[in-house]
Amino acid sequence: MSIFVNKDTKLVVQGVTGKEGRFHTRQCIEYGTNVVAGVTPGKGGENMDDIPVFNTVKEAVQKAGADCSLIFVPPPFAADAIMEAVDARISLIVAITEGVPVMDMMKVKNYLAGKPVRLIGPNCPGIITPGECKIGIMPGVIHKPGGPVGVVSRSGTLTYEVVHQLTLQNIGQTTCIGIGGDPVNGTNFIDCLEAFEKDPDTKGVVMVGEIGGSAEEEASEFIRQNMSKPVVGFIAGLTAPPGRRMGHAGAIVSGSSGTAQGKLAAMNECGVHVCEDLGTLGEFCAKTFNF
Amino acid sequence: MKIHEYQSKELFQKYNIPIPRGKLVFTADEAAAAASDIGAFPVVVKAQIHAGGRGKGGGVKLAGSIDEVKKAASDIIGMTLVTHQTGSEGRTVKKALIEEGLDIKKELYLSIIPDRATAKIIIMASEAGGMDIEEVAEKTPEKLIKTYVDPLMGIQGYHLREIGFGLNLPKEALKPFSGMLKNLYAMFVDYDCSLVEINPLVLLGDGGVAALDAKVNFDDNALYRHKDVVEYRDLDEEDPLEVEASKYNLNYINLDGNVGNMVNGAGLAMATMDIIKQAGAKPANFLDVGGGASADMVENGFRIILSDKNVKGVLINIFGGILRCDILAEGVVQAAKKVGINVPVVVRMEGTNVEEGRRILAESGLDLVTAVNLKDAAEKVAGIVGA
Repeated sequence: MSIFVNKDTKLVVQGVTGKEGRFHTRQCIEYGTNVVAGVTPGKGGENMDDIPVFNTVKEAVQKAGADCSLIFVPPPFAADAIMEAVDARISLIVAITEGVPVMDMMKVKNYLAGKPVRLIGPNCPGIITPGECKIGIMPGVIHKPGGPVGVVSRSGTLTYEVVHQLTLQNIGQTTCIGIGGDPVNGTNFIDCLEAFEKDPDTKGVVMVGEIGGSAEEEASEFIRQNMSKPVVGFIAGLTAPPGRRMGHAGAIVSGSSGTAQGKLAAMNECGVHVCEDLGTLGEFCAKTFNF
Repeated sequence: MKIHEYQSKELFQKYNIPIPRGKLVFTADEAAAAASDIGAFPVVVKAQIHAGGRGKGGGVKLAGSIDEVKKAASDIIGMTLVTHQTGSEGRTVKKALIEEGLDIKKELYLSIIPDRATAKIIIMASEAGGMDIEEVAEKTPEKLIKTYVDPLMGIQGYHLREIGFGLNLPKEALKPFSGMLKNLYAMFVDYDCSLVEINPLVLLGDGGVAALDAKVNFDDNALYRHKDVVEYRDLDEEDPLEVEASKYNLNYINLDGNVGNMVNGAGLAMATMDIIKQAGAKPANFLDVGGGASADMVENGFRIILSDKNVKGVLINIFGGILRCDILAEGVVQAAKKVGINVPVVVRMEGTNVEEGRRILAESGLDLVTAVNLKDAAEKVAGIVGA
């Protein structure tokens, strides 16, 4: 089992003929993902490798049966692409695009509210169910199929580091999700934790947070009240200076809020197994989960 | 992106948000001329730097005559202004804003920010104007009004009334206040602001309102659609190495340690800084070369790290995903040849094309220290800088 995506997921890639889109679509297919269509406005009727390209997402849904979308379109057009996918009744949208204006994302998020659709990202590496399907830009080879650990993270390469260490410890993953480094995003920690708690094959979760906002604090409270499975937590940015944006648009300590120290304290208080040393995170997980 | 008070007030003017009459000056003589144009005393001389807390640091002065204006302006222009936001080294003041004094009845606080958790726009207001808002939130939270606006719906009349009545405004001030706030909200949305703060917003003797101070920050992601805002950028307010890095689309922040580091991905870069500290050394910078880095970007990143004279050792930590390890390795070799690397460099690579990357480094003849994992890398570089 897994959460949100599996081998039956039928993927459409928005921005499939761009450089990034083309490269990563091929990587996804190579991993085993069922890519049924691509969308590039103006290139409808063409093919990208063996994949039919359509002008609109609606056509990709009607003619190719897509139910999940992966978005590579540039930042000025990303909000438009997400809303197009929503209106075409795509049920899961994964937006990789980095640099989407916050105002655009606030409008998108309010537009999504109450609709039967899940958005992951933007500014994220995507989601992978190892051995079944990869919808994103993460290197597939570092993952180990079969579970029993779920991974959820605000970061990209830091997630790869964590997954790699798990795999080296012979700990497989059910599903790994990057929820993105932007201040306003679709799916949050709690959505993922809730799904992992329900997934019978997931026996434990690794949650990777960073400075900025209060998502980790809220997730910790959720864990205390609702999670029966053990959660290992890590926070990046202990040494980040206040008031500076650390690469990710959402990674900023404002005044006394959003600090790594505050997040670690919340995790500790709520029974999350906190690992402060990234260098030994894999060993820490092996010891803590003790499967 | 941050801008100066006088620039923020230019935008206010565009949106019919009342501000005191004033002029930007660069010398004491210009200050005197500006004051005589205003034609009444007192006037206020305000240092223009990006940091807050200018008043407490001596960067804002009241002047009751032309002589006092000259004196205040010559004290302020050229001074090194230290505030709680500048750090101990302070900031050199290069210009000042000369403004008319107003007949102030009451000072209020007003700000607009996006709320990341709810994806709504929050308008915050308080009767305790002039105070630090974090202090207000902590000491008298009941005095803080928070109104949430759905960005799809925009600001409505009831939002304006909720805030206006909440502030206990006198009747005659309600209309000018509401008009001002409506315009301010429009500016916030039109310009993709990440913060608009007026502290204090003042009630005047004639029943009007005016923005005595003005702070406007912008969402960097949206600057592509606001060319006029980009024109406001003041490079004097930024770290020279950070300015240099921004030319190459490198995400670089200068810090005060001695271990330079170059990492792909912001989260991993932060975690790398943390692990350097945990190994007993101190990071000299944050540098995320990004997912799509080219060999040229890596070379420029290297050059910038090494122009920081405090750097005694460098740690390169790359987890190859989109950025392949062989590209990184080529960049390092290219940099070493062109820039000349004069401090020890520890390299830790993992992920896509790692074998090829390691081969390129091994065959380059460069004197690099290789690390087997992150922990090993941090310990090696800390050992090198003598931590």
